[in-house]
Amino acid sequence: MRDARIVSRRFELPQSHTLEVARAHGAYTRLSEAFDKTPSELIEIIDQSGLRGKGGGGAGAGEKWKLMLPHDPRPKYLAVNCDESEPGTFKDRQIITKDPHLLIEGIILTCYAIGARAAYIYIRGEYRAHQQILQAAIDEAEAAGLLHVKGAPLLITVHRGAGAYICGEKSALLESMEGKRGHPRLKPKQKECEWYFGNPTLVNNVETIASVPFILYEGAAAYRSFGTEKSPGTLLFALSGHVQRPGVYEAEFGTSMMAYIEHFGGGIRKGKKLKAVIPGGASTAVLTAQEALEACLDYESMQSLYSALGTGGMIVMDEDTDMVLALKNLLEFYRHESCGQCTPCREGTGLADTLLSRVLEGHGNTGDIDKLLELASTMDGQTICVFAPAVAIVIRGFLLKFRSEFEARMHA
Amino acid sequence: MFTFTPQNLQKIEALKSRYPSPNALALPLLWMVQEQEGTISLEAMEAAAPFCDLPPIELYRIATFYTMFKLAPTGRHHIQLCKTLSCALCGKAEILAHLQERLGIGVGEMTPDGRFSLEQVECLGSCGTAPVMQINDVNFENLTPKKIDEILKALS
Repeated sequence: MRDARIVSRRFELPQSHTLEVARAHGAYTRLSEAFDKTPSELIEIIDQSGLRGKGGGGAGAGEKWKLMLPHDPRPKYLAVNCDESEPGTFKDRQIITKDPHLLIEGIILTCYAIGARAAYIYIRGEYRAHQQILQAAIDEAEAAGLLHVKGAPLLITVHRGAGAYICGEKSALLESMEGKRGHPRLKPKQKECEWYFGNPTLVNNVETIASVPFILYEGAAAYRSFGTEKSPGTLLFALSGHVQRPGVYEAEFGTSMMAYIEHFGGGIRKGKKLKAVIPGGASTAVLTAQEALEACLDYESMQSLYSALGTGGMIVMDEDTDMVLALKNLLEFYRHESCGQCTPCREGTGLADTLLSRVLEGHGNTGDIDKLLELASTMDGQTICVFAPAVAIVIRGFLLKFRSEFEARMHA
Repeated sequence: MFTFTPQNLQKIEALKSRYPSPNALALPLLWMVQEQEGTISLEAMEAAAPFCDLPPIELYRIATFYTMFKLAPTGRHHIQLCKTLSCALCGKAEILAHLQERLGIGVGEMTPDGRFSLEQVECLGSCGTAPVMQINDVNFENLTPKKIDEILKALS
């Protein structure tokens, strides 16, 4: 497997989180090269590179940056999404603890390109220890006089969340940063930028911003030399569950899923057989072992399998896994995390969990499978954000692909 | 009567200049209250509200939405065990049973001496080192019953 390290290049160095080590290995040394170009030239390079958002949605970064209204007189903001709460996902924490200066450099470059002079990093409340490392790096960069955009001061503020999964949704994140409950906003009819207190704002994931320095310095073609046509570059894919060596390992898009699991994860734990893989965080459709054999780690391949690449955080399940319990576990998660704003989601997540509880208590009947599927349809496409549709995908994936296991728990 | 410490008042002033509106301070203020007092009381929310230019009820709405804000006291060592899928696949049930046995309390309970409280939480973002728990702000990863014994022994 070809070595592909763009974001994790400095991860293994001792003391890689310090300014001294990061600088000795290239951090902040080429900023002036980017400042010599115009902001619109930089946005064009990002667009050409095909960089896609690495927080789960996979939207084109260049397209988003172009929505930032260069001639608008209002102040502009960058919000970096480090809420990372999707089960199976733990990659952004690697960046902020192992190479926070890469993120800071990406923020400086992004702010120059979009005309922002203040950036916020919204970090999940549970990452307290990780936040301290990140803050120390920001303080170090500030003391070294690095926090400026071509001479104009740049403010970077870490904003701590407080335990709400939904705040990883970009508009809920901004609501939260405005001092409100994390309720996602209604989406506009046409594509436009996000708004923070009514000001044009860009929201990007930590890993997306951390990919920016490489692209702007080495060029779009260098980034496209990794990955596939529609999924250029690399991703910090992750493995958890029943593998020998769980962890976060960067690889280029298009890598075969099984080759990745074998190469980095050392295969399935205790010599067991594979049963299923949830490919990109809990909210993507589960793949059977057979599907996993065909799967490649890119957007196209996952779409052809009616699943999604999501965050690239794979949850691997071996032959002994009880799929009914696995679905129950996820339904409890969604029930707990629904923000409660839309009725189909608030009520649907609870009802689905309750229905499955009844099955596990031995009170289920075969009609319950159809009831759950009907519930999934009721939740799909009826809400403000994609939380409820994701729950529908999860329910359908488990019920349709592992139906016999569910039927075995039902009375006729 | 709740008042912010002089140190926190300074912090608030510094933070104000970093945001376009004082409303943005709502979450930071609640964190400061919790770090200062351990829990967030109605009285503290009333005292904090003017600093973010919001009515107290708004702070109450926020404090009851975000699960990490504590409205009721917890033990000196607040144990939060991750219960989501990756941890569940890697032996969370065994860890929970061991914790309950060692502490003599169930989920959602506190030991009579106030030393420990136990809670199950959703994904802590530590799936590669499952099973995992957090005690106050510190992560403990790759848990085994033996490791739990060592961790608990080291806590006063």
